[in-house]
Amino acid sequence: MSSENLNLTLKIWRQKSPTSVGSFEEFKVSVSPDASILEMLDELNNDLEREGKIPVAFESDCREGICGTCGLVINGHPHGKIPKIATCQLHMRNFKNGETIYIEPFRAKAFPVIKDLIVDRSGMDKVLQAGGFISVNTGGVPDANEIPISKDVASHAMDAAECIGCGACVAACKNASAMLFVGAKVSQYSFLPQGQPERFQRVQSMVAKMDEMGFGSCTNTYACEAECPKGISVINIARMNKDFISAKIKSELTEV
Amino acid sequence: MIKLNSNVPEGNIAEKWTNHKFNMKLVNPANKRKFDIIVVGTGLAGASAAASLAELGYNVQSFTYHDSGRRAHSIAAQGGINAAKNYQNDGDSVYRLFYDTVKGGDFRSREANVYRLAEVSNNIIDQCVAQGVPFAREYGGLLDNRSFGGAQVSRTFYARGQTGQQLLLGAISALNRQIGKGQVKLYTRREMLELVVIDGHAKGIVCRNLVTGEIEKYSAQAVVLATGGYSNVFFLSTNAMNSNATAAWRAHKKGAAFANPCYTQIHPTCLPLHGENQSKLPLMSESLRNDGRIWVPKKKGETRKANDIPEDERDYYLERKYPSFGNLSPRDISSRSAKEVCDEGRGVGGSEAVYLDFAEAIGRLGKKVIEERYGNLFDMYQTITGENPYEVPMKIYPAPHYTMGGLWVDYNLQSTIPGLFVLGEANFSDHGANRLGASALMQGLADGYFVAPYTVGNYLASEKPAKVDTDHVEFGNAVKTVDDKVQKLLSIHGKHTVDEIHKKLGRIMWNKVGMARNEKGLNEAINEIKELREDFWKNLNVVGEYKDLNQTLERAGRVADYLELGELMAVDALDRNESCGGHFREEYQTEEGEALRNDNEYSYVAAWEFQEVGKWQLHKEHLEFENVKLATRSYK
Repeated sequence: MSSENLNLTLKIWRQKSPTSVGSFEEFKVSVSPDASILEMLDELNNDLEREGKIPVAFESDCREGICGTCGLVINGHPHGKIPKIATCQLHMRNFKNGETIYIEPFRAKAFPVIKDLIVDRSGMDKVLQAGGFISVNTGGVPDANEIPISKDVASHAMDAAECIGCGACVAACKNASAMLFVGAKVSQYSFLPQGQPERFQRVQSMVAKMDEMGFGSCTNTYACEAECPKGISVINIARMNKDFISAKIKSELTEV
Repeated sequence: MIKLNSNVPEGNIAEKWTNHKFNMKLVNPANKRKFDIIVVGTGLAGASAAASLAELGYNVQSFTYHDSGRRAHSIAAQGGINAAKNYQNDGDSVYRLFYDTVKGGDFRSREANVYRLAEVSNNIIDQCVAQGVPFAREYGGLLDNRSFGGAQVSRTFYARGQTGQQLLLGAISALNRQIGKGQVKLYTRREMLELVVIDGHAKGIVCRNLVTGEIEKYSAQAVVLATGGYSNVFFLSTNAMNSNATAAWRAHKKGAAFANPCYTQIHPTCLPLHGENQSKLPLMSESLRNDGRIWVPKKKGETRKANDIPEDERDYYLERKYPSFGNLSPRDISSRSAKEVCDEGRGVGGSEAVYLDFAEAIGRLGKKVIEERYGNLFDMYQTITGENPYEVPMKIYPAPHYTMGGLWVDYNLQSTIPGLFVLGEANFSDHGANRLGASALMQGLADGYFVAPYTVGNYLASEKPAKVDTDHVEFGNAVKTVDDKVQKLLSIHGKHTVDEIHKKLGRIMWNKVGMARNEKGLNEAINEIKELREDFWKNLNVVGEYKDLNQTLERAGRVADYLELGELMAVDALDRNESCGGHFREEYQTEEGEALRNDNEYSYVAAWEFQEVGKWQLHKEHLEFENVKLATRSYK
């Protein structure tokens, strides 16, 4: 660990409020290669505070890549160009001395900027509130081992459930589509026996809300999968589409 | 003056909760919708409580300082959740889980609460499976279990290395369902800064809207705090950046007693400090100690690289000192031993680190087996440190992880303020002086799903369902307190940044109120914290504005509270003239250097009543052990 500091030029997006016009501000920093990119910003902010200037607003929490709070576009890539990590796991040893780094917020119609690098991702939660659950109340449920679930099925459900809800898929997509995020949740429940009773109603409610919140459509560029810090597969989108079409047919049949 | 009454029900320990559930008062379904309940925090305890109370028909207002409920730090828990299902047929039972937890807590917890925790543990697993939590399964389709420290049975349920994430997403899905129905109103990006107490009862909270900076008032007939622990007093810990003690501390200053603040858990396998700018110490799962061997060089000031140090010049100190448990000795003992060897000048990687070496295991089992078992952890280590643990030993060091202390609660999880309930890590109730692995998730969900929905209802049954008016004078007073404090923080215009002072506090806490404590150090710590607190209020610099998104201001308010809580931790540690669990007083140890409890004099919960800043009154809740025999823990 630890070798000589890197001297870097940062171009960071600054925007006072949702309605104000933003622009890049340039900073020169010297940083340990062992520091994470967020620790570099911590240090920059302490320097700014010492000078009486307003620090750069950015969000983070667990700094272990699991909470989904952090999310920056670094040199054009959500969470940076190293695959399968969140922004907080990006360390400065991955950059070269003298390099210029562009740091921006996630950009999507459904993610308005609140301040600097902080965006409003509440649209994603609204989609989950519309149907991202199995309707069981606390208590009165069967014993956990009453319904056997094959190891494979549980494992597929887990693959989908690993989504951290960061929104990188939306930021990576040229259409700002949330299909990977929604598809992952739909798939998790579609795999499990517990998710069957509401399977077709769920997908319809979630897709309707997704459209309402201003997320775009999927045009199969796979950018979402490439930038996902957890490597969630686009096959989840196909599963959602399949359920959605089945649901449509079923609901039309019921209407007759 | 506070009067502590644990309100533990009469009767045999196995029947207490059943009888109590029958004896508690009920609110009739038509009346439930007339009651408002505030739940602060959306981690396992908060989300599960808010969802369950809303399902019953109460109007719930849920608060988080995050942009979404799912960000709460419960999400980061790795290993698993305990339950006494006995699916493995290995002799587990409610009684055994109860016994292991009391013993693991070094006999400093309340028996009746722990028994109830063990009793409802099985319901938690059933509930989570019904919600669609994808727990690990065996080939036959049934649930898989693994083993954890402090138990001789296999009772830990898990979802890969992300059990906390999956359980939280389950609880959040239940919460989301109620939000969709309109039964819960979720307020995001709100930080609770004051508790409102009217005629001695908790009736509301005052928050700062973290986007607009506005101070907002919310009223209810009961307030539930599920706001987590206080490990970030140490600045560096395994906790998330925003985890803080403010909600609990402000409630403490309004009259809620704070119990056992000195019981802090230092986790032995975390990544060491690499530099002054480091923001946190990530946890590496305890499971690594199954195959990794921990060592330091025998020689002080060793400069050779790990792989160049011959076998006979290495000290595998855990294997040497604790031959029967070796590298799997409990958390408190492993952590203290690492500190000892580093204090002797034998630490590696600068000074404060020890090696966790897989060379022997790779030689014995092959790289492939090690990759299957720990691949994701090895990758995580390499991402952070840039070193390949298949080739060179990991460097690890203990870090603050969990706080067993918290707001004092009775059997109903009600604090010393009627109508204020405290759940999860924020309360003190179940883990005594040391928490066992995989028990934090269990407690959070037990409190939220299966205890609070009964006990909060019991309280409300004696309250009038009338709306609480936020124009009441007490709301005005609370707003003024918050407003004064914010104005004061913004008007100091000194030269220290918030982080600078927080780091200084962290150093004091780590050196003198950390893994090993003594009378002299604790007295010094108390004075140093007082001085630092004065420095804070004289020389702090908080830039930015009041009515704006201002993260510096948010952190300043939290550090102001740490500067008071840190002192109480030292005061409590000084009062407790014994060693137990996570609290190790150097004066009280056996000849072999092990913790020496004093059951005759210190078998009590230390509940501190706030009087003024830097001044508390101690109240003692004597602990009775009627079902578990007091014994000394030995791992030799």
